[in-house]
Amino acid sequence: MKELRLMKGNEAIAEAFIRAGADGYFGYPITPQSEVLEYLMAQKPYETTGMVVLQAESEVAAINMVYGGAGCGKKVVTSSSSPGISLKAEGISYMAGAELPCLVVNVVRGGPGLGTIQPSQGDYFQSTKGGGHGDYKLIVLAPASVQEMADFAKLGFELAFKYRTPVMIQSDGVIGQMMEKVELFEQMPRWTNEEIKKISPWATVGKTPDRERNIITSLDLDPARQERHVYKLGAKYKEIEENEVRFEKIQCDDAEYIFVAYGSSARICQKSIEIARAKGIKVGLLRPITLFPFPKKVLNKLADQVKGMLTVEMSLGQMIEDVQLAVNGKVKVEHYGRVGGMIPSPDEIVAALEQKIIGG
Amino acid sequence: MTEEIIIAGFGGQGVLSMGKILAYSGIMQDQEVSWMPSYGPEMRGGTANVTVILSDSRVSSPILNEFDTAIILNQQSMDKFESTVKKGGILLYDSNGITRHPQRKDITIYRIEAAAKASETGNTKVFNMIVLGAYLKIKPIVKLENVIKGLKKSLPERYHNLIPQNEQAIQLGMDNVKLIQKV
Repeated sequence: MKELRLMKGNEAIAEAFIRAGADGYFGYPITPQSEVLEYLMAQKPYETTGMVVLQAESEVAAINMVYGGAGCGKKVVTSSSSPGISLKAEGISYMAGAELPCLVVNVVRGGPGLGTIQPSQGDYFQSTKGGGHGDYKLIVLAPASVQEMADFAKLGFELAFKYRTPVMIQSDGVIGQMMEKVELFEQMPRWTNEEIKKISPWATVGKTPDRERNIITSLDLDPARQERHVYKLGAKYKEIEENEVRFEKIQCDDAEYIFVAYGSSARICQKSIEIARAKGIKVGLLRPITLFPFPKKVLNKLADQVKGMLTVEMSLGQMIEDVQLAVNGKVKVEHYGRVGGMIPSPDEIVAALEQKIIGG
Repeated sequence: MTEEIIIAGFGGQGVLSMGKILAYSGIMQDQEVSWMPSYGPEMRGGTANVTVILSDSRVSSPILNEFDTAIILNQQSMDKFESTVKKGGILLYDSNGITRHPQRKDITIYRIEAAAKASETGNTKVFNMIVLGAYLKIKPIVKLENVIKGLKKSLPERYHNLIPQNEQAIQLGMDNVKLIQKV
């Protein structure tokens, strides 16, 4: 029985945490994602599924609560917006190092610093290239609709546990604040302690006589052992790059030009496609759904077909570096974007395509 | 069919909830919808606006720079959004507090004295439903029965006893909308 609701992106993802059988949410309010915590508090899942919802005293506390929960094999999640994610970056790096599964949601706002509360995509580097210190990668999912906000919560947990790694959902103020029709998946039960022991034999759930104690740490003072550990992480990221690339191609078949855009920019680009095609410009859209692993192969292939690519991102131009690496000089790649919380209009994007790619 | 609407006015006028009811009504008749609010530091008395799209096909951009219909409820919004109505499109406004009436000659203009009518009824809270009624008279894109269903979905159950009042307000808007200029 499908259940249709009109929800904000922030509400949909919060509902999806409950339905995905999450054990705990730890957060701290910040615009434009405060509805996540508000919605969870109003739903009181601690009275139904037993899921803990807690407003921590700070973002740093919240991510460390997630660290603790994840260390015990629990399905745990936190959400914030850009400045809050910077505060969580240390914890995220520790969790990547300790190989702990968790979900971190960033509803991006304009930066740097406290910036603005309006939408932005200026955290691409932070999500995909680090944010915290050390050699680590996050799986980064970029929802472009309220439906995907809900669906990616479930998918994010699956990937986090499959690879024992933190997963980032990088949304933005548009997707978080807008309402759309959403079809919710059915309630999944929370894992029992017995199930956790089977699914996550590494979890610190109490030592039993038949095994060594489990240790959750990101510290190893023996460089040889630490090197082996980092190589192991590297192999895992390679495996993720092999298996988990996700993207959507829209009107690419006959395209002479393509937009490359994710999240809300990808939505706006779809309107730009309508406008451009009405003018006779054959343009399509490649929408990365995973920002890491990045859809390099498909872009490299598209570079053989099209005359130019315009990356559209609400930033000074961050994803463009990955697109340029993917196409490796085969075709012209330019960037168009707005910053500081301003959102590009569909017309502006078409004008940029005409000036920077077609005429340039 | 795709209808792209901007509703703009003061915070507290019910701009966002009117958009939400419209979006829910669209869902009730199997349409694709999007509702994108301005979410700046708005508050009661500040400006607020929402873009609502109802469509028979998948909604592309929730953010637009021109609209089929603009529903304008204060002067600041008139200044900002009159120019964003598509040529041949519709502008519906309440003249309460308007010092500069719409100037464009290439759009169809309607007026609804919703604030005045609302205070006549003694319940100023139905203001936005009067505006909604006026809009639905001009563009019956959603059926009244679906609006009522939409109201039921978007109002908490404890307010469902107020639905008849809202329905009357919608009717009041339908009966009192005036055509000012037709293109």
